[in-house]
Amino acid sequence: MKQDIVLAGVGGQGILSIAFVIDNAALAEGLSFKQAEVHGMSQRGGAVQSHVRLSSERIWSDLIPRGAADMILSVEPLEAFRYLEYLRPDGIVVTSSTPYVNIPDYPPVDSVLAGIRNAGNCAIVDSERIAKEAGTSKAQNTVMLGAASKHLILKEETLRRFVEALFRARGEHVVQANLKAFELGRIAAA
Amino acid sequence: MKNEILLGDEAVALGAVHAGLSAAYSYPGTPASEILEYLVRASEGGRTFTAVWSVNEKTAYEEALGVSFAGKRSLVSFKHVGLNVAADPFMNSAITGANGGLVVVSADDPGMHSSQNEQDSRFYAQFARIFCFEPSDHQEAYDMTRQAFDISEELGIPVMVRMVTRLAHSRSSIAPREARAQNGLRYGNWKDWTLLPANARGRFKILLDKQAEMVKLSESLSFNKLELNPKDRSLGVIASGIGYNYLRENLAGMNPAPSVLKIGSYPLPESMIARLFEHVDAVLVIEEGYPLIEQGLKGVFGIPGKTLKGKLRGELPLTGELSPDIVRKALGLAPLPVRDAGKVKLASRPPQLCAGCPHADTVKALNKALEGRSGSNVFSDIGCYTLSALPPYSAIQTCVCMGASISMARGGSDAGVRPSVAVIGDSTFAHSGMTPLLSAAVADTDMTVFILDNFTTAMTGGQPSYGTGENLLKILEGLGVNKNHIRTIEPLPKNLETNVRIIKEELDHKGLSVIVAVRECIQETRKKRS
Repeated sequence: MKQDIVLAGVGGQGILSIAFVIDNAALAEGLSFKQAEVHGMSQRGGAVQSHVRLSSERIWSDLIPRGAADMILSVEPLEAFRYLEYLRPDGIVVTSSTPYVNIPDYPPVDSVLAGIRNAGNCAIVDSERIAKEAGTSKAQNTVMLGAASKHLILKEETLRRFVEALFRARGEHVVQANLKAFELGRIAAA
Repeated sequence: MKNEILLGDEAVALGAVHAGLSAAYSYPGTPASEILEYLVRASEGGRTFTAVWSVNEKTAYEEALGVSFAGKRSLVSFKHVGLNVAADPFMNSAITGANGGLVVVSADDPGMHSSQNEQDSRFYAQFARIFCFEPSDHQEAYDMTRQAFDISEELGIPVMVRMVTRLAHSRSSIAPREARAQNGLRYGNWKDWTLLPANARGRFKILLDKQAEMVKLSESLSFNKLELNPKDRSLGVIASGIGYNYLRENLAGMNPAPSVLKIGSYPLPESMIARLFEHVDAVLVIEEGYPLIEQGLKGVFGIPGKTLKGKLRGELPLTGELSPDIVRKALGLAPLPVRDAGKVKLASRPPQLCAGCPHADTVKALNKALEGRSGSNVFSDIGCYTLSALPPYSAIQTCVCMGASISMARGGSDAGVRPSVAVIGDSTFAHSGMTPLLSAAVADTDMTVFILDNFTTAMTGGQPSYGTGENLLKILEGLGVNKNHIRTIEPLPKNLETNVRIIKEELDHKGLSVIVAVRECIQETRKKRS
């Protein structure tokens, strides 16, 4: 049993928070994992990605080979598109449809989404709307984690447990909003 | 003990703690910062060791060396170019030797994710003739760092742990072991530690005499492992550090399987290499960074009757980072099928100054003040403000190494550049800017120095800075900068006109001026709010 996931987004969108939940869930379920991330200069408002590898066997490379990813999980559509070359032909793209425009030459978002749809399996979710519905526009990353949860080899229960753990320090209100964001994301991707 | 989820950097740090660490020193730099960040957090949590952000890497190294002199275990860590700054004490510490275990972690950045070069620290270890570990995964990062302290004390030398970005910033779980107690005080012998020529000659001889023992040690360590395929003699692979992972990632697809020598320490386990070469006709060397192993094997004439493949012959690239795909190709395997993404032009999303960054306001004012002064040049430095080289600012023309802005602006001024401008951050100024500014102050060089005081070491995530606030102004006066030409501005959009006027006044001054732009890093302001 293995699952390779490319997490993608823009610096500040909470990619590493998604990774935190997946890593801890993997450890709790007795899976091996490796999760390569980007720090430093490249974080400053730039494209951010993280390779997450889960397996019941030993994992060698920290990086996912091109053509080996089972899933691209992105909080931003252009960033999902950027890593399509990592996806297996039968892999799935789980992405937000909400563009993060901080560059002058951002392509028309419809063409990006059409490109993702044309490429094969995908679940496209309006994370901005759903996060607001859940009570915090900051929870778009949790919405996307919820949207991906059906396709992850990790138990929904374990993922929820670490969403709770991640936000516990910020108070009950934030925890509940994120659990709701997770749930609504899960429903939206169904 | 329970398994822990750690970054590669943090695995190094925990390995040091469990080895009986007494003190750790570092200067922030990607990809090494998380080592000391972890130790600072751990020491605040009631552990009994010291963890300090030093003013620069040379200082950090010497502080660690002082701990070693006193018989206790110390760790010094930095990014690869930090070792250039610390090269003087580093090279000489191989001669003094270590008393308490001294481990130096140098984190290389192949592919230059956040660096100005991709130099390979293993060459420094070889240059200094010390022992060097190169972990391939998190468990090895932990285990090797622990063992590095023991080896440092057994052999009486500093030991290097060479990290690379991909491992430093990858997370996985490790199995820690019981911690060892710290050493007591036990001073070094003055003759070993006082490098007068007569003493140093003797010490160098001792270091040379240890080389054979170090090779034997590499041959005995399980981090180095030779697996011969008795059924096939066509190919052997030598793979070091994370290069070994990329080999193993692809090994399942290879038939026949090659014989494999995994390398985890230096000097190289020579007898293992000899056995591999006896067994196979061709050897591919996979190593992250420069072709150190390959170059050593090739020498001038190569190996008669054998084919040596790798970075020198072109099977692998000489620049950039390795990946499972690059190694796959070098092994002669076809690429995996990928999904057809069609044709949408992919806009790149490069890093940029944050919205609300004080540097943006400073460089806007500087650009405006420089309008019409066609001979101007802005010499810049290492920090977030280096991003102002890119549009829309296009504000700076050089960035070389820590502190070089001020010294290069002085050289530029001496050569006739007018106006000659330097731009440097407060932390970088404390690191390497004070000495060149002293020199420029003595000469009253015609140049204008900007110190961007945002109260922190911002680019690496907000570590403390020492040349900041009131302290910075006192330093400037103490260095002999004319008080009338130390000006302070607050870089905010509403102050643009005032700031441009002040900058123009100082550009017109025929002598040294320092303009301190004071406003907190926007990331730090946000952290405090949340």
